[in-house]
Amino acid sequence: MLFQPAIIALLLAAGLGVAALGLAAPFAWQILRDWDLASGSEKQLAMERRTYLFSALVGLVLGMQLAALLLFVFNADRMAESFVGAMCAVGSLQVNAWGFPALTAQIAVFFAASQWLLINHLDNQARDYPLVRLKYALLLVLLPLLALSFGLQLAYFEGLRSDVITSCCGSLFSGESRGISGEMAAIEPRLAMGFCFGSLALAIAALGRHALSSAPGRANGMFAGLAALLAFPAAIIGILSFLSLYIYEHPHHHCPFCLLKPEYGYLGYALYLPLFLGCAAGIGVGVLQPFCRHPSLAALVPPLAQRLAWVALLALVSFSGLAVGIIWQSRLILLEH
Amino acid sequence: MTDGFRRQRYLIDFSLAAMGRRKVRNLGLLAVYSLLVFVLASVMLFTHGLRQEAKRVLAESPEVILQRLVAGRQDLIPPGYLERIGRIRGVQKIQARLWGYYYDPVVKANYTFMVPEARPLAAGEIVIGPAMARERGLVAGNLISFRSYSGRLFTFKVAEVLPQASELMSADLVLLGAGDFRAFFDFPAGHYTDITLTVANPLEVRNVAAKLAAALPDARPILREEVQRTYAALFDWREGMVLTVLSGALLAFAIFAWDKASGLSAEERREIGILKAIGWESGDVLRMKFWEGGLISLAAFLLGYLAAWVHVFHLDGALFRPVLQGWAVLYPHFRLTPEVDGLQLATLFFFTVFPYTAAVLVPIWRAAITDPDAVMRA
Repeated sequence: MLFQPAIIALLLAAGLGVAALGLAAPFAWQILRDWDLASGSEKQLAMERRTYLFSALVGLVLGMQLAALLLFVFNADRMAESFVGAMCAVGSLQVNAWGFPALTAQIAVFFAASQWLLINHLDNQARDYPLVRLKYALLLVLLPLLALSFGLQLAYFEGLRSDVITSCCGSLFSGESRGISGEMAAIEPRLAMGFCFGSLALAIAALGRHALSSAPGRANGMFAGLAALLAFPAAIIGILSFLSLYIYEHPHHHCPFCLLKPEYGYLGYALYLPLFLGCAAGIGVGVLQPFCRHPSLAALVPPLAQRLAWVALLALVSFSGLAVGIIWQSRLILLEH
Repeated sequence: MTDGFRRQRYLIDFSLAAMGRRKVRNLGLLAVYSLLVFVLASVMLFTHGLRQEAKRVLAESPEVILQRLVAGRQDLIPPGYLERIGRIRGVQKIQARLWGYYYDPVVKANYTFMVPEARPLAAGEIVIGPAMARERGLVAGNLISFRSYSGRLFTFKVAEVLPQASELMSADLVLLGAGDFRAFFDFPAGHYTDITLTVANPLEVRNVAAKLAAALPDARPILREEVQRTYAALFDWREGMVLTVLSGALLAFAIFAWDKASGLSAEERREIGILKAIGWESGDVLRMKFWEGGLISLAAFLLGYLAAWVHVFHLDGALFRPVLQGWAVLYPHFRLTPEVDGLQLATLFFFTVFPYTAAVLVPIWRAAITDPDAVMRA
């Protein structure tokens, strides 16, 4: 294993996260079984008090997981210099079989954690713990996901040896390679552009409608959430298949990680941060909608969803604006008129 | 400003006032916390500086160095060896180098004697590095004698002392002409110490190395990127070692923070009781306590990081230098270039704020769920 501070920090964060959720799991089970707000029993009172502790604890470790995704990618990019043939994060993630699964798991944890935090936030605002069962049931789902992510990271970092020859991003994301990333990179640019900007426009329109209308309906919110959910893979495909080409001004360099490097002005961070934020907030708009029906939440959900829609809208607009700007400024001509 | 923001601002105001009422305790915590951040940040800033310095130094070195091995030990390059390499596509320049070590019993240190490629030196003249000039008290124009390994005494005139700025590279360097070098070391004619190859395209370096290894089975090509990687791994390892040793301190700090947070004074308990009696909820108390922790964390992080910055870049990292940088008799004096690294900041944040917040969570919660009547009756 590489003995690096960032790796130790990541494992510390993931390990503490699993430990915290593990501690919360028996309590979650107790809530699912015995929670009864109408009862004034000592047990119920103790449970109500404990929810504060576990909400805060889980909130803390999941909040950390959001930051951990950034640290993970940042670190993978930085580690590239330790491996022969690796020139960016792709090289370091490919050193062994666990790199990309660990990244995928971390992204999944990011979105799951953000939605849990959102539900937790909503629940904390209501007086009668309306979502407490759901919250803790979801916690039991999150635990294996977080444990999986921790296990994958452990396996990945454990298997790192500083001298393994890895292929550079040129071979993984080139048009000829097989596998899902290669498929995405090989999509015809015109098609990919249509899909990417189409989905983004759809998400922006739906979110904008939700954010601006005085009485946004539930169906509208759900639709905005779905559109944001679709916008994430669409944007990733866009980055893989054409945006990266415009950034590098090279017709065959499809790497989604090189753009995090200082050579390209850290453009990747300016693209990915709003994309992740926007999609997480946008999905949240949809996730919150079913809770409208709850009497104590009926007044709370719409303003929260509207605020989220604003956040998502601004983030996705800035992502799209930046993407268009990149294409505009680039000296590469990919599509001929 | 929305209601949410205003509410948080009032909470911060209240927390600050509450912390002001318990100055000694909070200042003590702040001091210990800052000290922890200071120690960790010093280690990180120092190793990062060293890593960057090594990278900068190596950036100028040739892409491939070729050594000849005999029985696994480095040996001289015999005449005709250079010609056997022949022409390799992608190699811009092949150069045979003359250099060696000389032990000076006066200062009990090794010098590196080297024949410079770019600058021809007159016979009997040398150019020396700043650390050696310091140790032997030499300036340009002085004479200095060395007893060679053959027993003969050689006297050289110091033509120039290399500038201080290059000290990391040239501390122990002695540059002299090829004729002087061969005479001083009794170096066999036509032989060289090693060979350097300049390769323009970084992607070609490994191919060149493979071709060299195939053409000359007794040669060992050393790539610049390998040397860079090895330095990076070395400094990473040292940093990781020191951090692991310091993890004991981290744990001690977490216990200290837990203890501080759980030792609520009677007055504080009463305060929380009154707050809850006048309508604060457990969640509000929790939030207030979180703000307290957050403010202390932020202050400690800034203070500790600033102190570490001063320590590493203005006081030369006096506390950790011996552990982290390695040693030599003629160790170069050098200033690290100040640089903030995002990854390092994020890592440090994970290392300090996260354990602290996790450690104080349970005590804070205990305080927040206190029943007002239980407190006031006590």
